[in-house]
Amino acid sequence: MDKLINDFSFGLFFWQALILLVLLFLLRKYAWKPILDSLNNREEGIKNALESAEAARKEMQNLQADNERILNEARAERDGMLKEARQLKENMIADAKAEAQTEADKIVAQAQATIESEKKAAIADLKSQVAGLSVEIAEKVVRKELADKDKQLALVESMLGDVTLN
Amino acid sequence: MQKISVVRIFMTLALILTSLNLVAKDAKKGENEGKVDTKSEIDAYIEHHLQDSHDFTLWSDGEKGTHVGFPLPVILWDDGLKIFSSSKFHHGETVAEVDDNFYKLDHGKIYKTDAEGTITYDEDHHATNVKPLDFSITKNVVTILIVCILMFLMFGGLAKSYKKGDLPTGFGRVLEPLVIYVRDEIAIPNIGKEKHRKFMGFLLTVFFFIWILNLLGMTPLGVNVTGNIAITVCLALFTYFITQFSANKEYWKHIFWMPGVPVLMKIVLMPIEILGTLTKPFALLIRLFANITAGHVVIMSLIALIFTAQNIYVMTPVSLLLTIFISVIELLVAFLQAFIFTMLSALFIGLAVQDHDHH
Repeated sequence: MDKLINDFSFGLFFWQALILLVLLFLLRKYAWKPILDSLNNREEGIKNALESAEAARKEMQNLQADNERILNEARAERDGMLKEARQLKENMIADAKAEAQTEADKIVAQAQATIESEKKAAIADLKSQVAGLSVEIAEKVVRKELADKDKQLALVESMLGDVTLN
Repeated sequence: MQKISVVRIFMTLALILTSLNLVAKDAKKGENEGKVDTKSEIDAYIEHHLQDSHDFTLWSDGEKGTHVGFPLPVILWDDGLKIFSSSKFHHGETVAEVDDNFYKLDHGKIYKTDAEGTITYDEDHHATNVKPLDFSITKNVVTILIVCILMFLMFGGLAKSYKKGDLPTGFGRVLEPLVIYVRDEIAIPNIGKEKHRKFMGFLLTVFFFIWILNLLGMTPLGVNVTGNIAITVCLALFTYFITQFSANKEYWKHIFWMPGVPVLMKIVLMPIEILGTLTKPFALLIRLFANITAGHVVIMSLIALIFTAQNIYVMTPVSLLLTIFISVIELLVAFLQAFIFTMLSALFIGLAVQDHDHH
């Protein structure tokens, strides 16, 4: 202790105190204040940047959700439209089919009617021709048959016999 | 990750300095100080190194009596200001005559003597001559000034680098994490987030001041600033005054009228608490002084082993290895003491400014 007190140099103490005071003052003004301020600013900046990044991320998520929703809606709409179109197509085909059927039926009926009438006409024609022919044949036969008297009489006789029977 | 790399850079830097230190000290002892080879001479040499000096000697040749270095201004107050160069003392070998006054150096101190330079001693071998008030720019003052300029350049540069961009460049990248370290690990945990800002200037200044001086003490310059009692007393007094002047009402109440104890205890506690405010900075100043002085003594003693040893070939490698080992520890101590001083200063300030809302 005695040696410590003996070693204590007041001059050195004086200079140290003076220099330290000046150093403290100068460094505080020209170094620590700007350094600490910049550090604080930077840390604030980093904090803000992180926060805004987080906000942006949330925004992005919202946007993505929106997009998803819109996409789903669009998809549903497309599906609906496709379904409608298919329905329409089917209806159209069915309508066309039915129309074609009726038309065809009509044509067939007409054809049948025409055929019937043609047939009837043909039959009638045939009948009249057959009748003419028969009459001609009958005339010829009759002419030939009734060439002699007896045969005329016999015929009359048989005809009369028939009439009586009726 | 960055913290580790910073530590590594400093370790490497300091290792280089240490090895230089060893080489230089060896050279100093081996070649130039041929005469320092007895135990008492080594003791005197070590003691001389631990002391402040009036000239900046880099090395001396004991045999030839030559000294390499530069003189420093001596400023004395002895019935008026006396300023002269320390070269007048010729390293304590001659008497300096200034304005018809005679001064002589004896064990690093300036005494007023007569023309022959007689110095009388009492029975304890203390000089009894008149000691004029010595305000000389000594080796330690020069070192402190160099450290101040260094710090101003370093941290002024760091501060300036923020003007260009958010991130510092160059050496600032090393300094910035250290500043953040002091703020986040020393100031904020002890003082608190709201109040720490006011004391950051002092804590940062003291931390880097002590650390750089401790590291300089390990260089071959042979300075021993933080191992000087006047320096540590001054640093501790700064802490003491800052603590007392920033203390709040609760702090004083706890010292003079401790709440929550009987009146009799309050009276007993008062002097103890008042003494406590003084013992805290006292512990600070002794711890720093003792650690750094001890480090210097151990390293120099280990090197001195070479010169006292009987078998120089065995002792040299042993001494070198031990010195390197202790130097690495001293490197840690250099940081640790700066850290502890700052840490405890922050703690004392924190105790003085904290709000005792738990009562």
